[in-house]
Amino acid sequence: MTSIAPTDAGSPLPPDEVPPPPRRSPRRFSFNPRQSGIYVAFALIVVLFTVLTDGALLQPQNISNIIVQNSYILILAIGMILIIIAGHIDLSAGSVVAVTGAISAVLMVDLQLPWPLALLITIVAGALIGAFQGYWVAFFGIPAFIVTLAGMLVFRALTLTVLGNQGIGPFPDAVRTLSNGFIEGYLGNVGLGPLGGADVITLLVGIVAVGAIALSQWRTRSARLRYGQTVDPLPLFVLKIAAPSVVVLAVIIQLARFKNLPWVLVLLAALVIGYTLLTNRAVFGRHIYAVGGNLQAATLSGVKVRSVTFWIFVNMGVLAAIAGVIFAGRLNQAGPTAGTAFELDAIAAAFIGGAAVQGGVGKVVGAITGGLIMAVINNGMSLIGAPSERVMLVKGLVLLAAVAYDVWTKRRVGIAR
Amino acid sequence: MASEEPDDILRMRGITKTFPGVMALQDVNLSVRRGEIHAICGENGAGKSTLMKVLSGVYPHGSYDGEIVFDGEPCAFSGIRDSEHRGIVIIHQELALCPQLSIAENIFLGNEQATRGLVDWNRTNYEAEKLLARVGLRERAVTPVLDIGVGKQQLVEIAKALSKRVKLLILDEPTAALNDADSAHLLDLLRGLREQGITCVIISHKLNEIAEIADSLTILRDGRTIETLDMRAGDVTEERIISGMVGRDLEHRFPPHESRVGEEALRIEDWTVHSPTQPDRVVVAGANLVLRRGEIVGLAGLMGAGRTELAMSVFGRSYGVNISGRLIKDGAPIEARNVSDAISHGIAYATEDRKRYGLNLIEDIKRNVSAARLGKLARRRSFLGGWVDDNEEYRVAEGFRRSLNIKAPTVASITGKLSGGNQQKVVLSKWIFTDPDVLILDEPTRGIDVGAKYEIYTIINQLADEGKAILVISSELPELLGICDRIYALSAGRITGEVTRAEATQERLMQFMTQATHEQEQPA
Repeated sequence: MTSIAPTDAGSPLPPDEVPPPPRRSPRRFSFNPRQSGIYVAFALIVVLFTVLTDGALLQPQNISNIIVQNSYILILAIGMILIIIAGHIDLSAGSVVAVTGAISAVLMVDLQLPWPLALLITIVAGALIGAFQGYWVAFFGIPAFIVTLAGMLVFRALTLTVLGNQGIGPFPDAVRTLSNGFIEGYLGNVGLGPLGGADVITLLVGIVAVGAIALSQWRTRSARLRYGQTVDPLPLFVLKIAAPSVVVLAVIIQLARFKNLPWVLVLLAALVIGYTLLTNRAVFGRHIYAVGGNLQAATLSGVKVRSVTFWIFVNMGVLAAIAGVIFAGRLNQAGPTAGTAFELDAIAAAFIGGAAVQGGVGKVVGAITGGLIMAVINNGMSLIGAPSERVMLVKGLVLLAAVAYDVWTKRRVGIAR
Repeated sequence: MASEEPDDILRMRGITKTFPGVMALQDVNLSVRRGEIHAICGENGAGKSTLMKVLSGVYPHGSYDGEIVFDGEPCAFSGIRDSEHRGIVIIHQELALCPQLSIAENIFLGNEQATRGLVDWNRTNYEAEKLLARVGLRERAVTPVLDIGVGKQQLVEIAKALSKRVKLLILDEPTAALNDADSAHLLDLLRGLREQGITCVIISHKLNEIAEIADSLTILRDGRTIETLDMRAGDVTEERIISGMVGRDLEHRFPPHESRVGEEALRIEDWTVHSPTQPDRVVVAGANLVLRRGEIVGLAGLMGAGRTELAMSVFGRSYGVNISGRLIKDGAPIEARNVSDAISHGIAYATEDRKRYGLNLIEDIKRNVSAARLGKLARRRSFLGGWVDDNEEYRVAEGFRRSLNIKAPTVASITGKLSGGNQQKVVLSKWIFTDPDVLILDEPTRGIDVGAKYEIYTIINQLADEGKAILVISSELPELLGICDRIYALSAGRITGEVTRAEATQERLMQFMTQATHEQEQPA
C-alpha cells in the first residue's frame, strides 16, 4: 500500500515526479474581479481626473506632491491592513502620529539630541505604545475597537500635555529632507527630447526597479511551472508585468523631470516590498491571515494567536511613529492637532483596497492602491477647485461603493461566511 | 401515481433550479400526504436543502421552474414570510434562536403578542408556556435560551413553529446535534404532532431514525427524484435506502480491516478536567485510556458526557481549567501546555465542528493543509518564523488532493465551497501533514454523506496501518462498532467501560454510556 501521506516536505522530490496538469488551460484565463477591480478602478479614476484637470494631474510636480503629501497615510495604511486582516481595527493611529511627532520634537528641538538617536527613541516609543494597546487586545481580550478608542483619547491628551497649545519646531534639516526632500542628482541630467531634462539616478532606479519586478515574476512563474502548477498564459503574464512597468516608468520619468526621487518614496517602496514579502511568505504573515480567517481554527492549529495579535499592534505603533516623524518634519513642527482623522484615512485605504470587514482578506499593495485612490481624488478635486466638503462627500461615497462592490462580488461568487 | 391522490397536502412538480454553472434541481417531484411524516434522503449535494428552500420561499417564485401546490392552491411565494403565512415552517439545522432572549421572546420573535404596539408580556409568557407544554419542554418561558441545551432549543424551535399555526413542518437534520435520549424525545414529539394532524417533512442522514418514524420516503440523488418509498409496511431496510441514495449497492458500509496493534503510543492517566465557566464542576473525572500504534480506538458517550472536553484538554489544554493527570507518550511523560506543544509531541486533534473550529473557509485548500505545521515548509526559520516555500506547499497539498481523493479542480480552490466530505478530507490532510503519532478524530463523519463516509473510514484504516494510534469519537454507535478495535464508554466524565470489537454491541455500550447519568437525566 502506498503511504497516505504524500512525500515529506523535507525530502525534496524531483519536481518531474509530479505529473503536471495541463500547463495552460484556456479556462484559467482568469480575471478575478475581487482582486483586480481595485486596479481597474484606480486607472479609471486617474484617467477621469486627468481629463477633468486637462492633464494637470499628471504633471511632474503634481505627481511628486501626491506622493509626498500622502506618504504618512500610506505608511499607516500598511500597518492598518495587517490589523484589519487579523480582524481588528486601530482607531488610535492619528493620535499616535501626534504623540510620536511631539516626542520627536521634544527630543530633537528641545533636547537637541542627534537626530538619528532621537528618531530611534521615537520609534521605540511608538513600539511601546503599540505594545500597550496590543497587551489589552491580545492578552486581556478587550475588543480592539474599545482599546484603540481609548488610545485615541489618551494619546491625544498626552500630545496636548507635552505640547500645550502650540507647536514645537523647527526640525533638523535631515528630518525635513527625509519628509520633504529629494535625492541629490549626483549623476546630472540627461535630455529626453521633447520632455526636457531628467535626472539620471532617478531614471536608473526606475529601470532597475522594472527589471527586478520582471525578473522576480519570471522566476516565480518558472518555479511554478516546474511544480506543475497552472499559471497565466504567456501573453497575459507579459501584460501583467508590462502594465505596472509602464506605470512605474511613467511616474519615474515625471519625477525625474521634476526634482528627483523623493526620499519618502524610497522609504515607502522599501516598506511596501518588505511588508508584501512578510504577508505573502513569512510564517508570521501567514498566521495573520489564519487568525483573521478563523480564530478558533487558528488556535486549534497551534497558531500563537495572542502573540500574533500583540505583535501586529507593536508593528502599528512603529509605523505610526515613522509617520509621526515624517508628518512633523514635513510641517517643520509638531502640532497638537497633528494626525487628526489619519486613522480614518488609513482604514478607508485598507477597505477600498479590498480588505474584508470580517478579516482574513487583504493585501499590502491593495491598501496602498486604496490610499492612492483617495489621494488622487483629493488632489484632482482640489485642482479643479472643488470645495473641501465636496471632496469629503466623494471620498465617503467611494468608500461605501468599494465595500459594497466587495460584498457584492463575494455574494456572486458564493462565498458565504 | 401517488401525486394524483386527493389527500396530498403538498405537490411539487417539475421543480428545476439552476445556479450559475450548476443544475441543483432537475425536474424534481415531491408529493406529501396530509398528516404523514415524510422523510427526504440523499447524499450531501443531492439537492435536499435546495428543494426545501424552494418550498419555503427562500428562493422566491420565478427563480425556479415548476409548480408548487399546497393545500389545494398553487403557490408563488416571494419570501419566507409568505410560506409561513400559509403554514409552512422550516427549522434549519443551525438553529435560528437568539441566545440572549428568553424562550418566550424567541417563540414570538417577529410575531410579538402586542396590544396597540406594546408587547403584552403576560400574554406572551402564558401562550409560550402552553406551547412548551405541547412540545413537552419543562422549562419556564422566561428562561434565556442560552441556559438550555441544544436538544431543548430544538423543542423551542418546534414550539415557535406551532405558534405560527403550522400545517407543514420541515425539519432539516433535526437530530444531528442531539444525543440519543433527546433524539428519541424529538421523534416521539413528531409522532404526537402527526396525531394532531400536522404534516412533517424531515431531512435526515440517520437512516435508523427514518426507518423508525417515517411513513414515506423520497430519495434524491444528483438533483433528481429517484423514488418515493412507502415505509409503513416496515420492509424497507437501511441497505435498500442507501443503495437508492448512492445509486450503487454499498455492500458494506465499513471497509474490511484487520489492525496490527503495536506498541503503546499514548497513555492518559487519572485525567481530571474542570469546567472553565464553573471551576468547581468536574467535566472529566480520573479518566484512564491507552492508545496503541496501529489500533483504532473508539470513545462513545452521550452528548455532555465529556468526550470532546477530554480530547481537547489532552490536546494542549485547549479546554478546561485545573487539569490534573499524566500524559505518557511512548513510555515517557510529556507536558502539552498549549496546542503547538501537543502538535510537536505528535498529537493531532480534528475537531467535531470543522466549519467553526477546523478550517479557514475563506482560504484555499493548500493554505488549510499547511496551517497546523507551516514551519515545516519554511526556510531560514529564525526571522518572523521563516519564509514559506509556496511551491512546496502546493506540491504537498496536491499530493493530499490525489491520495485522499479531495474532489476539487485544484488545491487553489476555496475550502468554503467544498462539500462536507471533501472539507473533512482537507482537515485530515492538515493533521496528517503534522506527522502525528496519535490522531484524535472527533465526529469524523458528522454531516457527510454515505459515500464520503466510506472514504473517510478507508483513510482512517490506512492511517492505522501506517502505525498511527487513532482515537475516534462518535455519536453513532454503529460507526464505532464498524471501525474500532476497542471502544471506551464515557459517562458523566468517567470511563465506565472498555470493550473489544468482539464483545461490543450497541446495547452493551449504551448500558455503559448511561451508567450513573440516570439521576441527571431526570427533570428537576
